[in-house]
Amino acid sequence: MTTALEISHLSAWYGESHILHDVNLSVEQGEVVTLLGRNGAGRTTTLRAIMGLTGRREGSIKINGVESGRMPTYRIAHLGVGYCPEERAIFSSLSAEENLLLPPPVSKTAQGMSVDEIYAMFPNLAERRASQGTRLSGGEQQMLAVARILRTGARLLLLDEISEGLAPVIVQALSRMITTLKARGYTIVMVEQNFRFAAPLADRFYVMEHGQIVEQFAAGSLEEKMPVLNELLGV
Amino acid sequence: MEIFGIPTSALLGQLLLGLVNGSFYAMLSLGLAVIFGLLNVINFAHGALYMMGAFLAWMGLNYFGVNYWVMLIVAPLLVGLFGIVIEKTMLRWLYRLDHLYGLLLTFGITLMLEGVFRSFYGVSGLPYSVPSQLAGATDLGFMLLPNYRAWVVVASLTVCLMTWFVIEKTRLGAYLRAGTENPKMVEAFGVNVPLMVTLTYGFGVALAGFAGVLAAPILQVSPLMGSNLIITVFAVVVIGGMGSILGSIVTGLGLGVIEGLTRVFYPELSATVVFIIMAIVLLIRPAGLFGREK
Amino acid sequence: MMKKAGYALMLMAALAAPFYFYPVLLMKILCFALFACAFNLLIGFTGLLSFGHAAFFGGASYFAGHALKVWGMPTEVGLLIGTAGAALTGLVIGGLAIRRQGIYFTMITLALAQMLFFVFLQAPFTGGEDGLQSIPRGLLLGMIDLRNDMTMYYVVLAIVMAAFLLIVRVIHSPFGQVLKAVRENEPRAISLGYDVDRYKLLAFVLSAALAGLAGSTKALVLGFGTLTDVHWSMSGLVVLMTLVGGMGTLVGPVIGAIIIIALENKLGDFGTWLAGVTQIEWFNTIGESVTMVTGLIFVICVLAFRRGIIGELAARVGRTPGKVV
Repeated sequence: MTTALEISHLSAWYGESHILHDVNLSVEQGEVVTLLGRNGAGRTTTLRAIMGLTGRREGSIKINGVESGRMPTYRIAHLGVGYCPEERAIFSSLSAEENLLLPPPVSKTAQGMSVDEIYAMFPNLAERRASQGTRLSGGEQQMLAVARILRTGARLLLLDEISEGLAPVIVQALSRMITTLKARGYTIVMVEQNFRFAAPLADRFYVMEHGQIVEQFAAGSLEEKMPVLNELLGV
Repeated sequence: MEIFGIPTSALLGQLLLGLVNGSFYAMLSLGLAVIFGLLNVINFAHGALYMMGAFLAWMGLNYFGVNYWVMLIVAPLLVGLFGIVIEKTMLRWLYRLDHLYGLLLTFGITLMLEGVFRSFYGVSGLPYSVPSQLAGATDLGFMLLPNYRAWVVVASLTVCLMTWFVIEKTRLGAYLRAGTENPKMVEAFGVNVPLMVTLTYGFGVALAGFAGVLAAPILQVSPLMGSNLIITVFAVVVIGGMGSILGSIVTGLGLGVIEGLTRVFYPELSATVVFIIMAIVLLIRPAGLFGREK
Repeated sequence: MMKKAGYALMLMAALAAPFYFYPVLLMKILCFALFACAFNLLIGFTGLLSFGHAAFFGGASYFAGHALKVWGMPTEVGLLIGTAGAALTGLVIGGLAIRRQGIYFTMITLALAQMLFFVFLQAPFTGGEDGLQSIPRGLLLGMIDLRNDMTMYYVVLAIVMAAFLLIVRVIHSPFGQVLKAVRENEPRAISLGYDVDRYKLLAFVLSAALAGLAGSTKALVLGFGTLTDVHWSMSGLVVLMTLVGGMGTLVGPVIGAIIIIALENKLGDFGTWLAGVTQIEWFNTIGESVTMVTGLIFVICVLAFRRGIIGELAARVGRTPGKVV
C-alpha cells in the first residue's frame, strides 16, 4: 500500500525567511501522527507547505505516491487531502451550512461523509446551520472546520491545533471524534501544543525545532522519551 | 396637476430618466464591486468597456446587419472575452503589488481603448436607433411612458437582481463570497481560484458591456461616453461602500433618481450633486452607506 | 560626488537651454516638472495616490489668471493668489479624501476633482469652454519685464528651482521622515503616536500648493488657462510623468516631464516616420492620438518598468530610492 504522505528533504520559505530546513517525515495509511514542538518550530509551516500555501518550496512531497511539491494549491486537495487550519478560517459571509458545503468533493469517486452523517456526529452544527458562520462559538467553529473536510471524501487529514482555546468538554468530544475517524481508517497528521490531548491518540510522534525534525518515536516509546520531551517542549 | 410648480407628467418623466441613469449606475457599480471584492482592483477600464459594448452593438448593426436583440447577448460575451484576455495577459501580474498599480494599468487600458476608437470614429456620437419593438410610448393616463426607457430600467434591474441572487443564494456565489474573504483557503479546498478570478473579471466587464448595449439607443455612441460616466460611478461606489450587492444596486438607483430630480429643480447642480452627496457621506459615514471597512 | 556632478550638469544645461531651444516650450516643461515634483511628494514619499491633481494645477491657473487680468494685481501677488487658492482647495479635498484609506482615497480625489471640473465649466469667471485668455505678464516686483521670453525663462527657472529646493528640504526634514514612515508602514506610525492624518493632510496641502504654483506660473507663461488643465486626463498625465521618471526619486519627475512633453510635441513626426518605415497609413494619424500612446506607455510602465527611469538607474548603481510604494 502506498504511503499516505512522504516528505523528503523539504525546505520552505515565506518570502526571504527560510523556515523549514530539510524536513523528512512519512505517514502510513491509517496512522495518526502528531507534530510536537514549541511555537515557531515550523509545525504549522509544514502543514501549509504540504498544501502549497508557503512561498518557495524545495524537496519532495508525495501524497498517496503522487509528487505534489510543484502543484498549484487548488490541485492538492484533489489528491485526497483535507486541511483544517489553525485559524479555522470560517467564512463570515457564509452561513454555517454554506461553510459546511463549500469544499467540493476531492474526486468523482471519493466517498465522503454525507451531510446527515455529519449532522449526526455534530448535532450542534445542525442546530446552528442557518447562522452566520462566524456567529458560532469557538468550539462550534472548530467542529465546523473539521466537519467540512470530512464531507469531501479526503482520507488524509491535516489538523492544525484543533484543541486550542476550547473548553475541556469540547476537547473531549474532539478526542472521541479523532478516535472514531481513526477506526474508520482515516490518516491524520495533527499539529498539537496540547500534549495531553495528543498523546493518547497518536501512533507516532515527530518533534520539531527551528524548522527541523529533531526527534521521532512510536507511541510505545512515549514513557522513556518523556525527559527529552520535557526539555524540548517544557511539558 | 403640478407639484412644486412642475407639471406631474414632466416630473414623472424626469423620474424615469433618473431611474434610467440610476440603472446604469447600479449595473456599473455592481460590476466594479464584484471585481474589487475578489481581485482588489479598481477597474478604471469599466467605462471604456461599457463604451465598447455600445460600439459592438453599433458595429454589429452597421457592418453585419445584426440586430439589437442579438447584440444584447453577443456584445457582453465579446466584452467579457476581451476582459478575460486583459486579466490573463496583464492584470494577473499585478495582484501581489499595491492596489494602485491595478488602477493605473486599467487607466492605461482606458486611454488606449478610447484612443483607438477615437482615431477610427472621431469624437462626435454615432446614432443607433431604438429597436422597432420598443419604439414609441405607452399612454398610462397620468404620463406618457417611453417604451425603450422603461425597458432599460426593467432589463437592468432584472440583470442586477439575477446577479444578486447568484452571488447570495447559490453555491457558485458562495465560492465568490468565500474567495473574496480568504482566497487561499478556498484554493486549499481544491477550488480553482485563479480561474474564478478570471471569470469574475470577465463577468464584471460583461455587465458593463451589457449596459453599453442598453445605452446605445439612448445616448450617442461615442468613444467618450464611458469616461465621464465612470468617474461618477466611482463616487457612487464611495457613497454606497462596496460591502453589499444590494447596497450597490440601491445606491446606484437612488443617486440616479436624486440626480434626475435635481435636474428638474436645480439644473445647475445636476452635474455635481452626486459628488456633493459623496462629500457629505464622507463627513458623516466614511465607510459608505452600506460599507464594511475593508 | 556623482550626484553633485549630475546636479551641476543639469543646472548648466538649464541655464544654457534657452539659447538652443524655444524658451516658451522650455518654460512649459519647467512648469510641468514642478507639477510632477509636487505630485511626487504625495505618491513617492507619503504613499498617497491622488488622481485629481489637475484641480490644483488648473484651478490655480484660473485663480492667478483672474487676479492678474481682472483684478489687475501685481505679478507676484497673482502667483501668490494662485498658490494660496490651490492650497485651500487642497485643504478641502485632502480633508475629505483622508477619511478613507488606500484606493478609496484615490477614487475620492478623482471624484472631487471632477466635481471641480464641472464647477469650472459652468462658472463665468473661467470663461468656460473658451478659457481665460490674455493673462498679462506684467513686471515682476515692479521691475523685471516679463514680456521678454528670455527674462521670463530665468524667472521661471528661479521659481521652479526654489520650489524644488523646498521639496528637497521637506523630504530630508523630520517631517519628511514621518511621511516616509507613513508610506512604509502606517499602522506602525500610528502606534508610535503620530497623528498620521494631520501629517497626510499637511503633505497634501503642500503638494497642492506647489502644484498650484506650477499652474499659476504656466498661466503666466502661456497667457491663458483652459479646461484641459483641470480635466482628469491632466491628472493622469502627471501620474504618468512621475511613473516614467521614477516615483519616490527626487529627479525622476523632472525627467518624466521632459520626456512626456517632448513626446507630445514630436508624436506627429514619429508617426510619420513609422508610417514611412512600415508602409502602414494608420501610423500617420497617431500624431492626433496622444491619448492612445499615453495609454500604451502607462500599460508598459506598470507591467515592466515600475521603477521609472531614475529608479532603474538607481537600482543599477546599487542604491534603491526607498521602497517605491
